[in-house]
Formats: sequence, C-alpha cells, structure tokens
Amino acid sequence: MDKDLLKPTEAQLRARRRRNIALAIALAVFVVIVYVGSLAKLGPGLFERAM
Amino acid sequence: MALVDQEHMDDTGLRLSEAAPGDFIALLKPRVMSLVVFTAFVGMVMAPGVQNPLLAMISIAAIAVGAGASGALNMWYDADIDAVMGRTARRPVPAGRVTPGEALGFGLVLSAFSVATLGLMANWTAAALLAFTIFFYAVIYTMWLKRSTPQNIVIGGAAGALPPVVGWAAVTGTVSMESLVLFLIIFLWTPPHFWALALFKSGDYERAGIPMLPNVAGHAATRKQIFIYALLLAASGILPVVAGFASFAYGAVAAILGGGFVWYSWQVLRMPESDTSMKPAKALFGYSLLYLFVLFTALLADRLLISLGLVS
Repeated sequence: MDKDLLKPTEAQLRARRRRNIALAIALAVFVVIVYVGSLAKLGPGLFERAM
Repeated sequence: MALVDQEHMDDTGLRLSEAAPGDFIALLKPRVMSLVVFTAFVGMVMAPGVQNPLLAMISIAAIAVGAGASGALNMWYDADIDAVMGRTARRPVPAGRVTPGEALGFGLVLSAFSVATLGLMANWTAAALLAFTIFFYAVIYTMWLKRSTPQNIVIGGAAGALPPVVGWAAVTGTVSMESLVLFLIIFLWTPPHFWALALFKSGDYERAGIPMLPNVAGHAATRKQIFIYALLLAASGILPVVAGFASFAYGAVAAILGGGFVWYSWQVLRMPESDTSMKPAKALFGYSLLYLFVLFTALLADRLLISLGLVS
C-alpha cells in the first residue's frame, strides 16, 4: 500500500508549509478587507437595523 | 507551450511542488504592479469628488492584484518564449518552479477576486474596466498581438495605459475626457519605451521569434518611429493644461520633461548602425521610466498645490 504513495522530500514539505502559511495570510487579509470595506461602504447605518 | 523541467516530475507524472510563496509573487510582476499602482493612484487623486480613504486603498489594491493576475496569465501563456530569452528565462514557469497549470489557476482566481472586490467596494464601471484591462493584456496582447505583429506593443500598450482610467472610474463611476488624456500619455509612452529596449535586446526577441519592430522593420525604421512617438508624447504631456485640469506650472515641468524625451530620442535617431553598445537606446530606456514617474508625480503635486490655492 505504502509503495503506491508519493513520499514528499523535506524540501517539498517545507515549500508546502510555506505556501499554506502564505495562503492563510492572504485569506485572512481578504476577510479583513471585505469586513472593513463593507463597514466603510455601508456606513454606520449598517448596525442600525431591526434584528 | 511551457518547458517544465522534467526533474520536478516523478515517475507517475504526478508532481510535488517546491514552489515558494515568492515564486507566486514573481508571477504578479511586482515592478509592473508598482507602476500600475502609481498611475491608478494618480487617476484617483485627479478625479473630481472624494472617495472614502479606506475604500480608495482597497480599490488600489484590487487594481494592483488585477494587474498582477494579468501578469500571471501572461507568464502562463508565454512560458515557451520566456525560456529562450535571457531577460525572462529565470521566471518561475520556464525555470520549472511553478507549473503552467498553477500559473493559469493563480491568474484566473486573482482576476475574478480583484474584479469582484473592485465592483463591490468601488463601482461596477471600474470593475468592468479592470476586467477589460486583464482581458486585453492576457488575450488580445499576449495570445494574439505579441506573436503576430510588430505593432504588438503599440496596440497592446492600451492595457498598460488603462490603470489611471480605472482609478478615475473608481471615484467617479465614469470615463471622462480627462482620464482619457492620462490614458493617451501612457499609450504614447509605451512604444518608444519598449522599442528602446527591443533595440538593444533584439537578439533575444529574434531567438524567441517575437516580431518586434527592430527585428521586422530594422533598426533604422525603429529609431525613426521612436522619434515620432517622442514628439507625440512630448505634446500629449502638455494636454492636461490644455484640457484645463492642470496648471501652467505643471505645463512647464511637462514641457521640460518632454524636451528631454525628444533629446534622448534624437540621440537614438542619430545612433550609427555600427553602434553595438547602443548606449543612447539604453539611456532612453532609463529616461523613459524616469519621465513617466516624474510626469505623474508632477500631476499629483500640481493637484495638491491647486487644492492649497498656491497655483491656479
């Protein structure tokens, strides 16, 4: 079973970890941009609505 | 298409990537992005009306990412010719660090996200213009014009000239005559800038089979074309004054800068055929970068001085 699986090298694992971290940061930045951008676009009235 | 280094493929044809985040940033062409950010910012500042500073920053970021996405799509499609040119052989795709598929996916995802973000945070006119810019650069220029006509960078230059129009539209929601003047300046700047490069890199372009003007029409014809465009560019630099959205102080700066451009182009025109070092062409290439940066900085400074009432 094991022989059918690819064995990543140390360099490949390190590169994958760095890409994952970069992707996580990019997604977090995007979430923050959408959140604060929505607040700026819609204004304080955003919170003044019936729940 | 792309020449991916087979060392990075295993026996089954599957591939485990060793690409670093920096390789994906390189796909975005950061130096081109910086010029796009700057010219789009000038377009936003010059536009009448006020945009929320936060939304303005997000808009600039979206335009920058959109420009970067078109760079990634360009590197995906051009990997075969990038591999044979010294200037581009170390790019992530021809060097085998990023596969063509990864570059394509990266470019498409960023294109979609940047256009959607600009549409939601600014307006859909600006978003449509950004989408058109990406399409024009990736499809019209990269896939069609670049390999088929020596007028490739003349027509394709429209993509590089659009960012100030997008920036203007992000604030106003429209395309105006003033933003088209900014477009015209960059549009006329592009051919002499790239033909100066193509003169001293003509061997590279010949090896790659790209029909740049020096390879198709010869160096003499290219030098004449550069000079003609330099005259048109120098005149267009003063148009913001004629159109009434810049002061005479800016006009004086633009005239001096334009005069410098014409002088450097004149040196290129007089360059003998036997000159293999091509110092005048290299000097023009360097000056052209300085010209655009200083001209747009002058527009920014002029707008600031006008708003302070120091010039009219």
